[in-house]
Amino acid sequence: MNAAPMVALVGNPNAGKSALFNALTGARQKVGNYPGVTVERHSGRLALPDGRPVELVDLPGAYSLDPGSPDERVTRNVLMGTQIGERRPDALIVVVDASNLDNHLRFTLQLIALGLPVVVALNMVDLAERDGLVLDPAILSEALGVPVVSTVAVRRRGIEALKEHVGAMISGGARAKTPEEPAATEDIVAVQRRARSIAIATTVSETPTRRWTHALDSIALHPLWGMILLATILFLMFQAVFSWATIPADAIDAGFGALGAAITAQLGDGFIQSLLVDGVIAGVGAVLVFLPQILILFLFILLLEASGYMVRAAFLMDQVMASVGLSGRAFIPLLSSFACAVPGIMATRSIEDEKDRLTTILIAPLMTCSARLPVYTLIISALIPNTPVLPFIGLQGVVMFALYVFGVVGAFAAAFFLRKTVTQGASSGFMMEMPKYQLPRLRDVAQGLRSRAEIFLRRAGTIILYSTVALWLLLSFPKPPVGSPVSPVNYSIAGRIANGLAVVLKPIGFDRDIALALIPAMAAREVAVAALGTVYAIDNPDGGVGQKALAANLQKRWSLPTALAFLMWFVFAPQCISTIAVTRRETNSWRWPAFMVGYLFALAYIAAGATYWAAIALGL
Amino acid sequence: MPDPVSLEKLPLRQHATVAAIDWARLAVPESRRLRELGFDEGVHVEVLHRARLGGGPIACRVGRMTVALRRGVAGAILVAPLAG
Repeated sequence: MNAAPMVALVGNPNAGKSALFNALTGARQKVGNYPGVTVERHSGRLALPDGRPVELVDLPGAYSLDPGSPDERVTRNVLMGTQIGERRPDALIVVVDASNLDNHLRFTLQLIALGLPVVVALNMVDLAERDGLVLDPAILSEALGVPVVSTVAVRRRGIEALKEHVGAMISGGARAKTPEEPAATEDIVAVQRRARSIAIATTVSETPTRRWTHALDSIALHPLWGMILLATILFLMFQAVFSWATIPADAIDAGFGALGAAITAQLGDGFIQSLLVDGVIAGVGAVLVFLPQILILFLFILLLEASGYMVRAAFLMDQVMASVGLSGRAFIPLLSSFACAVPGIMATRSIEDEKDRLTTILIAPLMTCSARLPVYTLIISALIPNTPVLPFIGLQGVVMFALYVFGVVGAFAAAFFLRKTVTQGASSGFMMEMPKYQLPRLRDVAQGLRSRAEIFLRRAGTIILYSTVALWLLLSFPKPPVGSPVSPVNYSIAGRIANGLAVVLKPIGFDRDIALALIPAMAAREVAVAALGTVYAIDNPDGGVGQKALAANLQKRWSLPTALAFLMWFVFAPQCISTIAVTRRETNSWRWPAFMVGYLFALAYIAAGATYWAAIALGL
Repeated sequence: MPDPVSLEKLPLRQHATVAAIDWARLAVPESRRLRELGFDEGVHVEVLHRARLGGGPIACRVGRMTVALRRGVAGAILVAPLAG
């Protein structure tokens, strides 16, 4: 049992909880998961003014104790002391948005009724004042019967006072009563009315303005200008991912190349050298190259979320999403899936409707994630001629763009059919609070970016490391006897598996070498590039290594129909262990990941086959 | 006082109060969320934006909060426009 008392931060979404959490804990925080669900558990150390440590947990935002989404269920269960693997908090910091008192106080009243010691953080008082709202915390404190502290989390105002109240609550030894069942739905209205009357009593003066937000929304939500703005933001985002990331990515690539060369120089050729250079460094390096791209994508997504724009994008996209049976809320996870389907699938937990959420999870892998880029780039640059299609637009760019479009169109078509069949159900609604626009705080964005980078690096350090080492072993053993006419690859275990697989893949234009690259690419798509390099290098040791040699090999061995079929395969194929694993965790069953893998492989096989034979028929 | 209209039909920027909500027309989770977002008889509302002509969602102010709703849900909310 952890000795430090535990205090939970609770409040409505958009109350500024995370900023307050960052202000209270600084960098001493940890992101984990609640067992059985992928709801992130944010916890951190809070040092009280007298030096005592407290464990602070940031609970997911909720509107009430009647859970509507998996996130809200965790919040409820922790507060009731029924969340597996979590203690019941010793005290609560309830965060309310000062400019949204009447709504946030209802949840506050429900929380106070639970019987735990409570201090209320009246947050974002600066924004409320800017909006012409003057509040009296003393009246609020008296009406609620608990201490109230005015805070501005992003400017670290009121933080020390809040810590003192936390200290008092804990030393008070006011032990919690047994958890009381929260009020039934019918009582919400009664609690709401009480909340509203307290809000009115607390409000000293009020001039109803939301000038800034309203003016910005007139553009952001405009049927025409809003769409143009959204398209511009998305264009900028992808532009940034593709052009800004090349410099750091090239540096990382060069760094790993130099490291490999240095190890080879130190150790000479041999077993350990080959394992380290061809296995570990080639594999992990091939993945770390994407870190800049992923971070830039996440930077955009975090900024869009923190500024309040993301909800506006969901608003604009709702009608389009509704046409395939999804809601505007699905737009956010799907956009994140362009970086990586794993966080995208995790972001679906804000979708309340279970069927809606499941459909979004099942189509998320069709968004062109950054791991497909190296595969697309390699094949396109090696085998697609860059003949100009229009002035300034070459065929290579058109093919790349088409692959993105295929993914999106495929996803929408899949959603449409899934909603008519396996995830059938009443069309889900779209009801969302639209928070005020805010200037994102650099520190909070940096914090979010850091935890994303950590998750990605941990993945690179585990799954991808193991799978590339495993492939290297499978490709290297057993060695053919000296003088054997069989090539080393054909003789190896991986070669034998691939020879069997090639029979199935032959009708869609794939040979044994491609089958061989597809096996380790199950771990992660980008491994296909490294795998093709390894296969051709081991098969033909005099052919040289590196991107140039690989491109030359492809040009020599692949036909254009095969290349096009290979690209189409990667648009659809669910070649990513992490995505399958996160789907398993999110849906809490093997059924849905199995279904996802099945339908995506079927689509990939059909699409690649159709492309191959169409290309041959066209005489390409 | 003008006749009650549905929130869906309320002209942009016209202030109104919620007269009645037809809970029977709404799914259970929809009603719950609507209550949680503060919709209740007597509450001050105003339509701020409409996504598109046709079926897109609407953004409306409820109390001091802005909320996005689909038109079907807005159609179940009856409001009384305020003079001025």
